[in-house]
Amino acid sequence: MKFFISWPVHPPVKPIKMNQFLTFVQKEFYHIFRDRWTTIILLLLPVVMLILFGFMMTTEVKNTRVAIFDPSRDIATQGIINKFTTSEYFIVEGYIDHPREIEALFRKGRIGLVLVFSERFHENWMHTGEAQVQLIADGSDPNTASTLTMYATQLINAYRQESLDLPQTPLQLTPEIKLLYNPTLKGSYNFVPGVMGMILMLICAMMTSVSIAREKETGTMEVLLVSPMKSIQIIIAKVVPYFFISVINLTTVLVLSVFVLGMPVNGSLGLLIFISLIYIFVSLALGLLISSAVDRQMVALLISAMVLMLPVIMLSGMMFPVENLPGVLRWMSHVIPAKWYMIAVKKIMIEGLGFEAVAREFVILCSMAVLLITASVKRFKYRLE
Amino acid sequence: MKSTTRDIVISAQQLTKKFGRFTAVDAISFDVYKGEIFGFLGANGAGKTTAMRMLSGLSAATSGRATVAGYDINTQPEQIKKTIGYMSQKFALYDDLKVWENIRLYAGIYGVPEKEIAPRTDRLLEQLGFENERNTMVKSLPLGWKQKLAFSVAIFHEPTVVFLDEPTGGVDPAARRNFWEMIYDAAARGITVFATTHYMDEAEYCDRVSIMVDGKIEALDSPVQLKQTYNARTMDEVFHQLARTSTRKAD
Repeated sequence: MKFFISWPVHPPVKPIKMNQFLTFVQKEFYHIFRDRWTTIILLLLPVVMLILFGFMMTTEVKNTRVAIFDPSRDIATQGIINKFTTSEYFIVEGYIDHPREIEALFRKGRIGLVLVFSERFHENWMHTGEAQVQLIADGSDPNTASTLTMYATQLINAYRQESLDLPQTPLQLTPEIKLLYNPTLKGSYNFVPGVMGMILMLICAMMTSVSIAREKETGTMEVLLVSPMKSIQIIIAKVVPYFFISVINLTTVLVLSVFVLGMPVNGSLGLLIFISLIYIFVSLALGLLISSAVDRQMVALLISAMVLMLPVIMLSGMMFPVENLPGVLRWMSHVIPAKWYMIAVKKIMIEGLGFEAVAREFVILCSMAVLLITASVKRFKYRLE
Repeated sequence: MKSTTRDIVISAQQLTKKFGRFTAVDAISFDVYKGEIFGFLGANGAGKTTAMRMLSGLSAATSGRATVAGYDINTQPEQIKKTIGYMSQKFALYDDLKVWENIRLYAGIYGVPEKEIAPRTDRLLEQLGFENERNTMVKSLPLGWKQKLAFSVAIFHEPTVVFLDEPTGGVDPAARRNFWEMIYDAAARGITVFATTHYMDEAEYCDRVSIMVDGKIEALDSPVQLKQTYNARTMDEVFHQLARTSTRKAD
């Protein structure tokens, strides 16, 4: 009597182990660090951007040259001019002899502001209580022009207050303007959170989408999809290196902004890092979503640049206040993750507020992260059908 | 008739894939046996890639059923993925990884036990004569070498079936012959080879070929039988007689 034992046709298949997953993550790191330019761009871009934006792109107007037309040349006009001379915003370039020269001066582009005093300035002021001074600025750059005239008006008002500080006017209302949190109106206070929002979005979204698109282009993605690796494993392995690099970038940006640009971290550093990590997740998810829709590196690059960067720069409040945007754009700005991230960063870094203050931004960013990750994983799977 | 005692490794019955109103694969049925080299022929757009994607678990069938290595493609695609190998027409290796790193990576993905990877890598490199290329970046290998490496990587985990999607594209005839030697070796070891191609000289190397026209399998037999049936001297003539009936434009 014989017994037949039937063996399973195939040996039992083992599940994918952790170190196999790590091999895959390691491969992603090789892709990044073996491409010298990618490495340089990834690690230096934040530094360059921060320095550029932090130092140069500022709404502060310093050392503007001022020309003066002063037919009076009396104690009052001299007093006002002295105010300008001692201000760090202005340099008194000199006097002109006739108002006709003004236009020629502006055309040369050297002068930012012209002060025109009326005749017999001090005399009129003392006797009639009225004297005129005209401020002429170059309106072709409205922001600078309004900032300059605002500074100049403040200086003139200051002089008026000082000289009127006489006993016959006991009841005087002097508005004293104090700008909270950013008393010296430093531009970096606005730009550093913006640059942080931009860099993290750029690194995470652009690099993730490009690296997945590259695998589609070279055909390796197809091989991975046929393999027993689950699509979620492929996605996570793709995302891990960029997550690490983003954390390095976050550190660089924070260190630079505190020690080089003099940004304060008034609130909790832990909270700042925590909210940044959530923002990084949102950006990574956006990158995945883009890569699930495109097959070519070039398209991924363009979409990340156009669809992500422009709105981040234009609509997040980094350059233009969100309140000033026209209706539709203001409405659109609500879906820009960078906007909420910037608000939260400003609250934590500059205003030094705690978690309750950023709870709204936290909830919004978290919902965006969940929504985007779900959508991109779904799309990624759908693409396999 | 083939003997029924041979193990069937791939079996398709009325396998169909529709994209909207377009029927890419129209109710195809065939069996592939263990250790066989099965040529899957068809003009571009005939539906062979779609059929192969269904069999390799990349795409769900609209109707009909098929089994690969005993697993149902509709319900067990994950098991199928573990028992098959796949080589794409782009020799999908990573250019910026070294030769051994590519082997290591795919071995890892397919769950080859950790302690077996190193000795098997050594043996493979020796067989290929690549001992000196262990640390070479794949991007600096000649195309024919990449092709050999891609195939070796695809069967490194000793799959039951290996799917080859136009495996010899862009390679010169001498290298193609060379490559087919490797395919014969694999088949002799019991690995079933399922290959799409449009080089008709390659079709001659297969044990059996099927020819797809407009989503349907129009002919399936050994190259010798097919040439007799269609009264042709070469497979190329067989193919042209069949492909002439096509109404579908190449995609």
